[in-house]
Amino acid sequence: MRKYFPFRIGGLSLLIDRKATAVTASLFIVFLVVIVLSVGIGDLFIAPLEVLKSLFGAGSDMHNLVVRSFRLPRILLAALAGMALAVAGAILQGIVRNPLASPDIIGITGGASVAAVTFLAIFSTNDNALSVSIRWLPLAAFAGALVTGLLVYALSQKKGTSRMRLVLIGIGLAAGLQALTNFMIILGPVYLATRATIWMTGSVHGATWEQVVMLVIWFIVFFIITVVLARRLNVQELGPAVATSVGSRVNRDRNLLLILSTALTGGAVAFAGGVGFVGLMAPHMARRLVGSAYGGLIPVSALLGGIIVMAADLAGRTLFLPLEVPVGVFTSAIGAPYFIYLLYKSRNQ
Amino acid sequence: MHGALRTNWTKIIGMMVFGFLMIVGFLSSIVFGLTDIDLQMVMDAYTHFDGTNEQIIIREARVPRALIATAVGASLAISGVLMQGLTRNPLASPNILGINAGASFFIVVAVTFFGVVSLTAFTWLAFLGAALAACIVYFLGSVGPQALTPVKLTLAGAAMAALFTSLTQGMLALNEKALEAVLFWLVGSVQGRDLDILTAVLPYLAAGWICAVVISSKMNALALGENVAKGLGQNTWLIKGVAGLVVVLLAGGSVAVAGPIGFIGIVIPHFAKWLVGQDFRWLIPYSALLGAILLLAADIGARYVIMPSEVPVGIMTAVIGTPFFIYIARKGDFST
Repeated sequence: MRKYFPFRIGGLSLLIDRKATAVTASLFIVFLVVIVLSVGIGDLFIAPLEVLKSLFGAGSDMHNLVVRSFRLPRILLAALAGMALAVAGAILQGIVRNPLASPDIIGITGGASVAAVTFLAIFSTNDNALSVSIRWLPLAAFAGALVTGLLVYALSQKKGTSRMRLVLIGIGLAAGLQALTNFMIILGPVYLATRATIWMTGSVHGATWEQVVMLVIWFIVFFIITVVLARRLNVQELGPAVATSVGSRVNRDRNLLLILSTALTGGAVAFAGGVGFVGLMAPHMARRLVGSAYGGLIPVSALLGGIIVMAADLAGRTLFLPLEVPVGVFTSAIGAPYFIYLLYKSRNQ
Repeated sequence: MHGALRTNWTKIIGMMVFGFLMIVGFLSSIVFGLTDIDLQMVMDAYTHFDGTNEQIIIREARVPRALIATAVGASLAISGVLMQGLTRNPLASPNILGINAGASFFIVVAVTFFGVVSLTAFTWLAFLGAALAACIVYFLGSVGPQALTPVKLTLAGAAMAALFTSLTQGMLALNEKALEAVLFWLVGSVQGRDLDILTAVLPYLAAGWICAVVISSKMNALALGENVAKGLGQNTWLIKGVAGLVVVLLAGGSVAVAGPIGFIGIVIPHFAKWLVGQDFRWLIPYSALLGAILLLAADIGARYVIMPSEVPVGIMTAVIGTPFFIYIARKGDFST
């Protein structure tokens, strides 16, 4: 069996990787199964078949309510945030050509945190309410992520973008932003501290359909752009010299891809908070499964990211009842040791 | 490499100047602030104590605060110099490599889960956290043939810092009551700290300062590279071990007293190097003086930014330090 098979319609032609296609298809099935299972599990257990019925509005009224109003939006939001972070991480690792880069390490998530916490601090009134709608919070977080992303990028300019400088400057900025976030927490009212901490850890508690719809649109737009640009990422991975010699405009592509990565991170962080380490883990696992060609890597990373965050959220809301652990605690608890393992493994490179 | 001050005489004079500046900073830290105080009152508070508000403020708030800022500033700067020498990485510092975060994390765990309040416990926990983080980062950064490249070490440190920070945040998200109690450990501050905390930690800090001075000439050999140092007949493992221990004592002790104050450990060593060059025998005392001056100054500044309330000094140092870090990172030569 050949590894690739060609796909042609009119002027469009693609080489499709058999293995990647098979892996994507099976992961998609796993993804759906995880959705159904995690919708079913909780305070009220609903059997998978009942879940399916309720998804289409054919279950009992009680089940319909729980599934469609409470659990589904939350689970979908978790899945989308995970997918967006995973794709953002995959892009970033391609640009930086370092398997250890991820949006949270280079400060993009930190920028979103500062903006969100500042937003909460500025618009809090004395009676612990907000003077503007909480709906604007995602916009603030996104603006923060974007500004930080651009800042990291602009500061690492010096005769072109150096990838190592990008990482180091990102780390420095992340540390500075952390201090600013803490400052805002201390400056703001006390109740804000709790809220901000939960947000920074990452949580999908109390998700609404409105949020899901907004994130779906955001994710799909940037996901499609990323898939279209996948071949440029492939060239980037070869290093600037090879990339230039095969006719790629290295710096321009790098900038474009960086903006894409920031946009995806910003969207995810805006709705689900700073869920850590997903952008690092998912692309690595994906690379193990389908190799490092981005055409296959991006969809597989996305699916894995979604599965990871959904599973972490499921664990967070069921394992320690009646406490609800924010999803970010679990992703960090798995992600950080994994990161250490990666560092250890990459010692010979 | 020579610094701006070439001869031994200029270096000694420079040290006197900075020593004088440190004393000025120390006195300013007592005098300036929301309550007006002059030097005569400071003298009286210790010679003719009469229990007025001003005198109590001097004895209970201003003087302890100035002492803590001096000790912590000097300790952080020395630990930064040693770390940069040990790892031969211009970006190394207790903050960036996650050592402060490790110490904070241990304290937050102790406060939230075990309700620890004793000062001795805080101190030892901070040492333990700092030591653990330092060991992990050093181990991760040094495995493999191309050991301890700046980028690898910085990444390892950033990962550890991210791990400790997210675990700390996770715990706080679960335990709302504890948050208020430990908010302090998340941002460094020298305000409202008891002198008892300093006296509890001071022996360790002092031991760290003395050890740093003692090993300074050995650090010079180590700075030439491990093989050269071995060739010169040095027991490199011993020196590295002692230097590592000093870093842990100074960084951990500082966190126990003042919480994680960042960026002093990175800004000061570079400034000191610019002044006196690479010789650790001069670098260490210069860094100590400069670190104390910077933290005293940052602390005075912190009182005036949003008067009448105060900015934690850890934020002031971050505001000063982040642009500096970026400057250093940009200066480095990265061909790709």
